[in-house]
Amino acid sequence: MSYTIEGRTGPWELVIGLEIHAQVISEAKLFSGAATEFGAEPNSQVSFIDAGFPGMLPVINAECVAQAVRTGLGLNAQVNLWSRFDRKNYFYADLPQGFQISQFAHPIIGEGAVEITLADGVTKTIGITRLHLEQDAGKSLHDQHATKSFIDLNRSGVALMEIVSEPDMRSPEEAGAYLTKIRQILRYLGTCDGNMDEGSMRADVNVSVRKAGEGFRTRCEVKNVNSIRFVMQAVEAEARRQIEVWEAGDEVFQETRLFDTARGITRSMRSKEDAHDYRYFPEPDLPPLVLESDWVEALKAALPELPDVRRARYVAMGLSPYDAHVLTLEKETAVFFETVAKGRDAKLAANWVTGDFFAALNRLKRDVADPPVTAENLGALLDLISDKTLSGSLAKQVFEAMLETGKAPGEIVEERGLKQVTDTGAIEAVVAQVMAANADKVAEYRSGKEKLFGFFVGQTMKAMQGKGNPALVNEVVKTALAG
Amino acid sequence: MHPTDFTLRGALDALTEGTISSVELTQAHLDGIAKLNPRLNAYVTVTAEKALAAARASDERRAAGQVGALEGIPLAIKDLFCTAGTRTTAGSRILDSFVPPYESTVSQKLLDDGAVFLGKANLDEFAMGSSNTTSASGPVENPWSRANDPDTRLVPGGSSGGSAAAVAARLALGATATDTGGSIRQPAAFCGIAGIKPTYGRCSRFGIVAFASSLDQAGPVARTVEDCAILLKSMAGFDPKDSTSADLPVPDFARACERGVKGLRIGVPKEYRLDGMAPEIVALWEQGLQWLRDAGAETVEISLPHAKYALPTYYIVAPAEASSNLARYDGVRFGTRVTEPGSDLRDLYERTRAAGFGPEVRRRIMIGTYVLSAGYYDAYYLKAQKVRALIRRDFENAYAAVDAIVTPATPSAAFGMNEKQDDPVAMYLNDIFTVTANLAGLPGLAVPAGLDAQGLPLGLQVIGRAFDEETVFAVGRTLERAADFTALPRLRAGA
Repeated sequence: MSYTIEGRTGPWELVIGLEIHAQVISEAKLFSGAATEFGAEPNSQVSFIDAGFPGMLPVINAECVAQAVRTGLGLNAQVNLWSRFDRKNYFYADLPQGFQISQFAHPIIGEGAVEITLADGVTKTIGITRLHLEQDAGKSLHDQHATKSFIDLNRSGVALMEIVSEPDMRSPEEAGAYLTKIRQILRYLGTCDGNMDEGSMRADVNVSVRKAGEGFRTRCEVKNVNSIRFVMQAVEAEARRQIEVWEAGDEVFQETRLFDTARGITRSMRSKEDAHDYRYFPEPDLPPLVLESDWVEALKAALPELPDVRRARYVAMGLSPYDAHVLTLEKETAVFFETVAKGRDAKLAANWVTGDFFAALNRLKRDVADPPVTAENLGALLDLISDKTLSGSLAKQVFEAMLETGKAPGEIVEERGLKQVTDTGAIEAVVAQVMAANADKVAEYRSGKEKLFGFFVGQTMKAMQGKGNPALVNEVVKTALAG
Repeated sequence: MHPTDFTLRGALDALTEGTISSVELTQAHLDGIAKLNPRLNAYVTVTAEKALAAARASDERRAAGQVGALEGIPLAIKDLFCTAGTRTTAGSRILDSFVPPYESTVSQKLLDDGAVFLGKANLDEFAMGSSNTTSASGPVENPWSRANDPDTRLVPGGSSGGSAAAVAARLALGATATDTGGSIRQPAAFCGIAGIKPTYGRCSRFGIVAFASSLDQAGPVARTVEDCAILLKSMAGFDPKDSTSADLPVPDFARACERGVKGLRIGVPKEYRLDGMAPEIVALWEQGLQWLRDAGAETVEISLPHAKYALPTYYIVAPAEASSNLARYDGVRFGTRVTEPGSDLRDLYERTRAAGFGPEVRRRIMIGTYVLSAGYYDAYYLKAQKVRALIRRDFENAYAAVDAIVTPATPSAAFGMNEKQDDPVAMYLNDIFTVTANLAGLPGLAVPAGLDAQGLPLGLQVIGRAFDEETVFAVGRTLERAADFTALPRLRAGA
């Protein structure tokens, strides 16, 4: 059953396409040698080129081109060996040249596709229309002074990849899953850090609605949405607005809108009538960008393992598709998991990472990149479980102690004497004591009240402070009660 | 001999022989500037102290045995080249207080070779014009005047009018210039000197205030073809800071001047025989071709069928690029800013640009904006690009049969300062013989070849294959030798 929104006139389908702006990870800007580090002092990373000074000329940064090609390869897309830059002309105070150098007619990357996985496990392919390189503008600060606007050009000229999807998404969930997937691929590739709160990734969301079986109706573009959650909210809010417009007998006009995150609605930014005429034309300061196919092949050969491939590998290792999905969402998580699982039982490792470890991250508000327990120590804990030094419940105690102290599990076991008791004689002695103290219950058990078995196991474990090997305790209790 | 009468080559020899110092040479030119510039207005900025300090440093280097290719030679720098620490205006009010913190690649190369900069030469605003009357610093006067009408002040041509007038009036031994549609060759011809626009990509555009990026090219003007060759050798070369500069070795252009033309095939484009062309121009062109035949070349009629579309094509492409290149002059980061209390951003743009740009620049920004607009792009800009490709192909076809092409440099001699000012199209016609070389990216050299009936200089143009400036210099030097152009302008230093 496909996703629809119920209006007064019945169900409406959604049609969604995304334009994702992803800041390229590179030392220098797209056309100048200035640095790109986030959070530097305003206007401290600006060359005369970025500031649009007279006589300055752009020179393309090969690393940015390589990053775009890697991304294209990661999106299973066509790499265009011949592409060209164009000027997009408009006036704004934070656009120093009075134009943005972009790729309009001939992008570096053509059509591609990515597969998204939805919550119900269903997969869907989303088409990529194109990816092009362009330079970012600077930043206008309107809240620093009563009557003046301030301009920070640190971001001016930073390389962006604009990734344009086909209008293939049909629900807020699909839009969220697509953006998540693109971010995941870019992070795996190391071509964009995907930090949406720092602005290094943002999305323009194109939304239209229609009745089942119709062609496309007019779309609106919601600009500059800066989180996955907001993208999903913006899709729904804009779809509901359009449904209301259509159902009121009016028409949706093509326009650019903004998502008001506080009120959860979209607001008109500018209509088609006063849309910019960008007067695109080929950038005369840059010859066409021509790539050697050998160079592209070398980049392809050096690509890191991508999430879909990694996930399949995990399933082949015996993990459930769900665990494989969760563990590959972030590259750091996958790397952490693989360190834990190395030379050990992969399923056990997956259970611990997705279970206690993730719970600890949540509880402590930590990140897998800055884990409260190292992957090596978690692996060592698994070793202590495998060699029966620790029972499952003891292991949980040790894990908690590891979180508190940061110590290695062996050290904690040693210090606190948490070693599991596997000596049958010692267990038999405790069981005998428990039975002696509960003679009435022994009689009840023997007269058929077998539910009491758990009581004896529990009492034995309690007496042993949880250190008894659970399987052995079970066995001994059973034998002793059988008398 | 007065020090300002040296050719650049002659001055280099005298400096080598020790018969003159760079300080003496520089001082003589500064004296000439002090005397004549108030009238000619060829320089917008004279850097006398810096020039003398540079000349002293040059003399010291020479004494220490360090001698660059232009050691101690005083030059004028067109005020479109950014010069570190020296105001660079591009002839515009919008940059009237702009002091670049960087040096253009071409002027840096000249400094590296030991040149001494006398100052910044006047030009049409943003290099837009053919008469050097659009400069915010006022018009430049041609040092030549009509024999029978000496009181009518003539234009030096444009946009490099200050450079050409300074060299013709002996206020510099040579000058840098730029050429987008004829801005080196037309003023050179009007002022009776030589000037070459090299192949697009031969000289770096880094640090030169952009007019039309795909057409702009720097080059020298000087009093002889050989002097141009010496200057170009220093100015040219690959620059990683300009993505359109050519990564090719720079030949010894001065040596190429003496190659001669024996066995060369010289193309004569029939489309350049315009209806109503001045008989003097036709006669000079015929004379030039005869000189070349006399020197052993063969002349061949060729066809450049799309040349007749060159001027309209140029006046679409150049304003289109200019409208975008000049968007950065917005009053936000540098240069002139005009606001009123309560101005918002749009108001700041409008006031700044209205006050900062002159009428010709505004006209071209409007034309350029129009031809790039949605709905007009295909009919104008795209069509112009297609015609440009055809013009380029015309030349490729022609060069299958000939080694160089010779045409008049301009359709007329220098005109009066008050003439043609009300009709932009009549003004644009000045570029009719020169724009094709810009559209095709080819080298073009203007050589003084004769005088008209009024005693004003007329020039011939040699157009070569891409990156074959050597043949262009060989043909130009042959014409120069045959023409034996010895006439002098009335206004000149040392006279």
